This record gives sequence, C-alpha cells and structure tokens, in this order.
Amino acid sequence: MSGRGAGGYTGTGALVRLALRRDRIMLPVWLGAFVLSAAGSAGATVGLYADAGPRIQAAQAINHTQSLVALYGRIYDPASLGALAMVKAGSLGSVAVALLAVLIVVRHTRAEEETGRLELLGATAVGRRAPLTAAFVLSAGTSGALAVVTAASLVAAGLPAAGSLAFGLAWAGVGLAFAAVAGVTAQLTRTGRAATGLALAVLGVVYVLRAIGDTAGATGPGWLTWLSPIGWGQQFRPYAGNRWWVLLITLGFTAVVGAAGYALAARRDAGAGLLADRPGRASAGATLGTPLGLAWRLHRATLAAWAIGVTLSALLFGNVATNLSGFAGSSQARDLFGRLGGGQQALTQAYLAAVIGIYGVLVSAYGIQAAARLRTEEVSTRTEAVLATATGRRSWLLAHATVALLGTALLLALTGAAAAVGYGAGAGGLSQGWPVLAAALAHVPAAWVLTGLVLALYGLAPRLVTLAWAGYAGFVLLGELGPLLRLRQAVLDVSPFTHSPRGPGVPIAAVPLLWLLGVLAVLVGAGLVGFTRRDVPVS
Amino acid sequence: MTEAIHIDALVKSFGRTRALDGLELAVRTGEVHGFLGPNGAGKTTTIRVLLGLLRADAGTVRLLGGDPWRDATDLHRRLAYVPGDVTLWPTLTGGEVIDLLGRLRGGLDQRRRADLLERFDLDPGKKGRAYSKGNRQKVALIAALASTVELLLLDEPTSGLDPLMEDVFRQVIRQEQHSGRTVLLSSHILAEVEALCDRVTLIRAGRAVQTGTLADLRHLTRTSIRADLAGPVTGLAELPGVHNLVTRDRRVHLDVDAEALDPVLRHLASAGVRGLVSQPPTLEELFLRHYDGTGDGTAAEPAEVTT
Repeated sequence: MSGRGAGGYTGTGALVRLALRRDRIMLPVWLGAFVLSAAGSAGATVGLYADAGPRIQAAQAINHTQSLVALYGRIYDPASLGALAMVKAGSLGSVAVALLAVLIVVRHTRAEEETGRLELLGATAVGRRAPLTAAFVLSAGTSGALAVVTAASLVAAGLPAAGSLAFGLAWAGVGLAFAAVAGVTAQLTRTGRAATGLALAVLGVVYVLRAIGDTAGATGPGWLTWLSPIGWGQQFRPYAGNRWWVLLITLGFTAVVGAAGYALAARRDAGAGLLADRPGRASAGATLGTPLGLAWRLHRATLAAWAIGVTLSALLFGNVATNLSGFAGSSQARDLFGRLGGGQQALTQAYLAAVIGIYGVLVSAYGIQAAARLRTEEVSTRTEAVLATATGRRSWLLAHATVALLGTALLLALTGAAAAVGYGAGAGGLSQGWPVLAAALAHVPAAWVLTGLVLALYGLAPRLVTLAWAGYAGFVLLGELGPLLRLRQAVLDVSPFTHSPRGPGVPIAAVPLLWLLGVLAVLVGAGLVGFTRRDVPVS
Repeated sequence: MTEAIHIDALVKSFGRTRALDGLELAVRTGEVHGFLGPNGAGKTTTIRVLLGLLRADAGTVRLLGGDPWRDATDLHRRLAYVPGDVTLWPTLTGGEVIDLLGRLRGGLDQRRRADLLERFDLDPGKKGRAYSKGNRQKVALIAALASTVELLLLDEPTSGLDPLMEDVFRQVIRQEQHSGRTVLLSSHILAEVEALCDRVTLIRAGRAVQTGTLADLRHLTRTSIRADLAGPVTGLAELPGVHNLVTRDRRVHLDVDAEALDPVLRHLASAGVRGLVSQPPTLEELFLRHYDGTGDGTAAEPAEVTT
C-alpha cells in the first residue's frame, strides 16, 4: 500500500498552497509580533546597558537568582550585551515559537481531519503522507522565515551578526522540534483541541525540565536541561559562544519525532485516533440538562488541564522564590525586576509579582479561548440545536460567559494559592500566603476584560471574534515594549494589563479594578444586546 | 381549520442574495406537510425563520399562534427540530444528547425514548465523534420524536439513513400523524413525500411555486400514455395538450396534460386500441417540470418510463 497515490506525497504542493492561502494573514501577523518583540527588547537593552559595568552586574544578578534562572535560564556570558538582551526572548519567547508551530501543524492536520475536510481532499489525488508533510513544510518554512527576519532585525537593533543568526536559528529549532511533537500528538487524539492540548502539555514538561536542570547545582541533575528542546535553544548560547553544533541535536530530534509521526499516521484509519474512545453513559447525568450544565460539560476538560498546569508550575516558581539570594540589596537587581514586571518592593516580592504578572497574561488567554467556544459552537451548527429548544439566547451566552469568567478567576486563585504554598513551604511558613493570593486575584479584572471583549465581538460581529486574539497580542506587546519605547502613559493605559496592581508588597488600588469591572459590564451587555438581535448562524 | 404555520410574503436576504422572496406557506394543524425544493431553494432558511434563529426582513410569520422571533423560547417548548446535517458534541454520547435536548425543551417521554432507540437500532453509549452520519441523524430524530410536542420541524431528516431506517422513519411519522401532531417535512426525497404527506408546497428561488394535495398537484401534470393501435391514427399532434408524441408503425407514445386526457383517449379509441399502458404523473416528473431551469413549465427530459 505504498503506491504513489495511497502512501506517497502526491498533492503536497497543492496542500501547502491551500494552507498558505488560509494562513496568509495569520502567519505574517505572528512573524511581525515576534520580530517586533525581539527587536524591541534588543534595542531597549542596547540603549540601557551600553556600559559594560552595569551590564555585568545585571547579568550576574540574574545568574545568582535561582528563581530567575528557573524562569528564564542563565546568561552564559555576563559581559555580552546580546545575551542579556535576549534572555527573556530566548525562554518565554521560545514558548511562543513552540506554540505557533503546534498551532500550524494541528490546524492543517488533525483539525482538518476532524471537520471532514481532509477526507474531501484525501479522496482526490492526495497521497497519504501529503497532509502531514504539507503541515511540516509550512511550519518549517515559517520557522526558517522567522530565523531570517529575527536575525536581520536584531542586527538592525545593534547586536552582533553571528549571535543574531544563532538566536534566530535557536528560535527556529524550537519551532521545528514542536512541529514534530505536534505531528505526533495529531495522530494520537481525535480532536484538534486535544492534539493541541497534548502538545502544549509536552511544552510545559520540557520547560520545567529545563528549569530544574538550569537551577541544579554542580551535583544536581543538570543534564535535565539537555532533555528539553527549550533547553537546546538556550544551550545554543547566542551571543555567548554561539555553539552551532547544538542545532544538530534539535534537527536529530525533529527527524526522529517527525518520522514517528509518519509511522503513527500509517498505522491508523482516517478520522481515527490512536488513543481509543471509551464508551460513555447511555443517558445524561443530573447536571446535564441546563445551558450552564452543558457549558460546564464542554469546558471542564480544558479547564482541568489548565488548572493542573497552572498549579504545578506556580508551585515550582513559588518555591524558587525562597532561593533569592546574593544581590537582594543591589539596585541593579531591583531595577531588573522592575523591568521584568515587578514593582519597587523587596526583591522576593518583586520576583513573585513578576511571576504572577506573567500568569495574569497567560490566564487571560484561557478566558479568550473559553469564550470563543461560543463561536465554534455556532459555526458547527450546534448552537442552532440548542436555541431550537426552550433555551433563550441570553442564557446560552451567559452560560458560556459564566464558565469563562469563573474559570479565569479560579485559575488565578490557583496560581496565587500554589505560588503561596510553594513559597511558604520553602520559607518555612504560610504567613506570606495571603498577600500572594490577593496579588494573583487582583489580576482577575484585567483578564475578564479580554473575556468580555470576546463576548462583545461574538454578539455584535461574530465573524471578527478572532480579533480578540489580535487585541490580546497587542496588549501584551504594549506591556512588554511600551515602557522600553517610553510610550506615553495614555497609550499604555489602553491595555487592561497596565491597570493590574503589581503585588504582592504594593497596596491594591480599588479604583482601577472597578474601572476594569465597569468595562467588563459594558462589554458583556453589548454582547448580549448584539446576540439577541442578530441572525443565528452567521457563517 | 386552524393553521400551525402561516407564512405570508416572507422576505429574507443575506447581503445581496435574496434567499426568500415573498414566500407563502400554510401548514394546517394535524397534517404532514411536504416542503419540496432543490438545494438552495430556501427550505432551510424558512425553517430557521420559523425557529426564530433568523429575523424576517419583511412579511408575516405565525407559528402555533405566536411570533417565532419574539416568542421563541415559549414556542420552542411546543416544537422539536431535526436539522438535515446533525453535528453532535464530540465528547457527549448519543444518549446524553437525547436527554439534554429533551430536558432543554422541557421534558422527554422515557418510554418513547427507549422504544425509539430500539426501533432505530442506535447505541446510545457511543461518543458523538464516533457516530456515522446516519447515526448522528438518528440521535437528532430520537431526541425530537421522544419529546411531547405539537409540531415537528424536520429539515431533510432522513439524509444518511439506510433504506431500512428510512422505513422505520416513515412508520414513526405515520404514528405521529395519527396522534395528531403537525409535521413540516422538508425533503427532496420524492418517494418519502409521496408516502407521508397530506399536502405539499414546492418552492424555488425563495418562492412557493405550487401548493396543494398530491392529487391537486398531479392534476397539474401530465400522464404518459403508450398505446398499440389497430389502425393508423392521424391528427394526434394537432390535439391540444399533447406533448412528446412518437409514432412508430401503429405504436404511439405521448404525454398528455391532465385536462386534455379525455379527448386524446377518444381519439385513440377511434383508431382501435389493442393495448394501453398509462403511467400516472409522478412527483418526480412534477419536480423536474418545475425545476428544469427553463421556467416555462415544459420538461426538458420528461420522466419517461420505458418497459
């Protein structure tokens, strides 16, 4: 069965062109965001740390702070401007690169298969290996383009050329590795959502492996870093030795895992996953009989996955907060945390504030994703089936809104609680717990505004729901780059994240939070008004 | 006689496309009403307006005595809907979906649910993503039929069902008819409509082009006649209402309009009839005559039956 039609790559080119046509807006936007954030941090650091003295102090402050090493990794050459500038982009930025690779591959393989569109194509002259190959080609091409444009923009920002190329390739390597990982998970599950979730779980695990490996002492399990594609990206050491040979490890991993994806694909039927479906209940349980009950049922698996991920990682990051040492008093260290999102409080608290701020942004994505489920339901015509019953439009929208909003709050509460427990366990008491929990909960209103944005778009302009993601990316970029570019406060204030208090250790001002809640109320109201007046479905 | 559905001069546009263009439709309480039309004629749009999912641009729509847009929630307790292309939640089982939709509608007859599961031979324990198209359709059918409602809105409900299940569907709808429920059955399976419907409405390009009982509609179409004659016959082609005349030796084949049947038969009889085959007009022929695209009512390819 390995004839050119059934087993081959026939039609790959056509599929790649189709995918490019579908992603012609999404891919340039992603690439632009990466380039902007990389060049932005490079440019800002070049301006801020032109002198070697403060630069070395700042780099050593990071290297001597276990929690920061866990979060971002080490700076392998304290004197290197590029290594300091790109430490955050090389860690958290790599996560975003991996996310993009996963989204591309799943979107053009399992998600297509789930909708049945791939079957339509499969019946034409498209080989069995073509869809996966096309997804790999698209993803690899994107990674390659990312390497080139990122390197060019870093050089333009004033960093050395060799290191810039190494940095671009390190990002591209992470993209390749996770394209391969997604190529495997897309064979295992039956839904695109589950395939993405599984790949992101792998991403979480390898990020933590790197964090443990990097913070291990001389006798500890430092080798764990070498099990992580994120770790390889950092061991490339751009601007600090440029170890080109590390790229070979990434390429080898990509080849082996990619081949596994093909092997798995050859062993299963179209439409099927390798993880078997268990039969379920023959009749509905007591809770599945209301719009809210249905919404809960649809969201609970995703929420549970988020809850586990958030709790475990926040425990870890909370725990390393107790290892803050060395440069606790130095002004460079404090200045650094200020730039990383913390305030002007004591170092431990500033670290926790920076971590919690990252979770505030991450968990907002859950809210967007959960609320955007309304649109998925509508496009799949399931909303019609529900609205054809005695379910009113208001209660349908509010059911999903409730789960999205309460889920967001729950995740931030878990973040705070886990960070507090992790920190308390290390510090020998939970007395510091409450401020940490409160600091996490203070991020809820800003996250809710993004959920509200989705709801408003869904009611008023359902075709534009995905714009909420663009808004999200814009707000994140504004928070990252705005202060570096010295944008006016009025511009920074556009982003809801600007208004979240940066606790613990600073007082929580009620007024900005109340404003955010007011904005949320307006957005939800607009969504309700729009949804009760418009046609369903709008396709 | 009361009407469960009354639609008058309904207009609905999507952008520049006019999906419904002055549609008229009247469904009497207690009847099974066939709603026929080719793909894209506006059947689904009409049903979505009836469900209060789409808002009418113009015209009046009454459903069970209410306004389908304004009173949607209350009216939906009294009706059930089966879409033509059922999408289920991938992680919910068929049994869960049946119960869920029943509960959201306000109640489910458990005995009927069990009976229908057996008759349609559906495994309710499978996840939505594991069902074939036909089985997904069964889930929606059982969910609708097991509820205690006055009106069933069925939008091509048997697409994907095998002939055995199609037969079960017909039996069940006949029972519904006996117990006094009203059914609007959108379909393009003509045999199904002929078997089940009291009256039918044919629509094309968003307008009703015919409405009435099947007998009424048959009257509007042609009978196909094949005759073996004793002697030669002349002048047939000049008779009004004769179409597609083919004469070979003493064999004659023609289609004739219903109102012209009597003079044509007399003319044939005058030549001496040795054998006669008469094919009643089929719904299919009617359908083709209306939808062949010429618009002048003459069939491009009459549904000729050769034996």
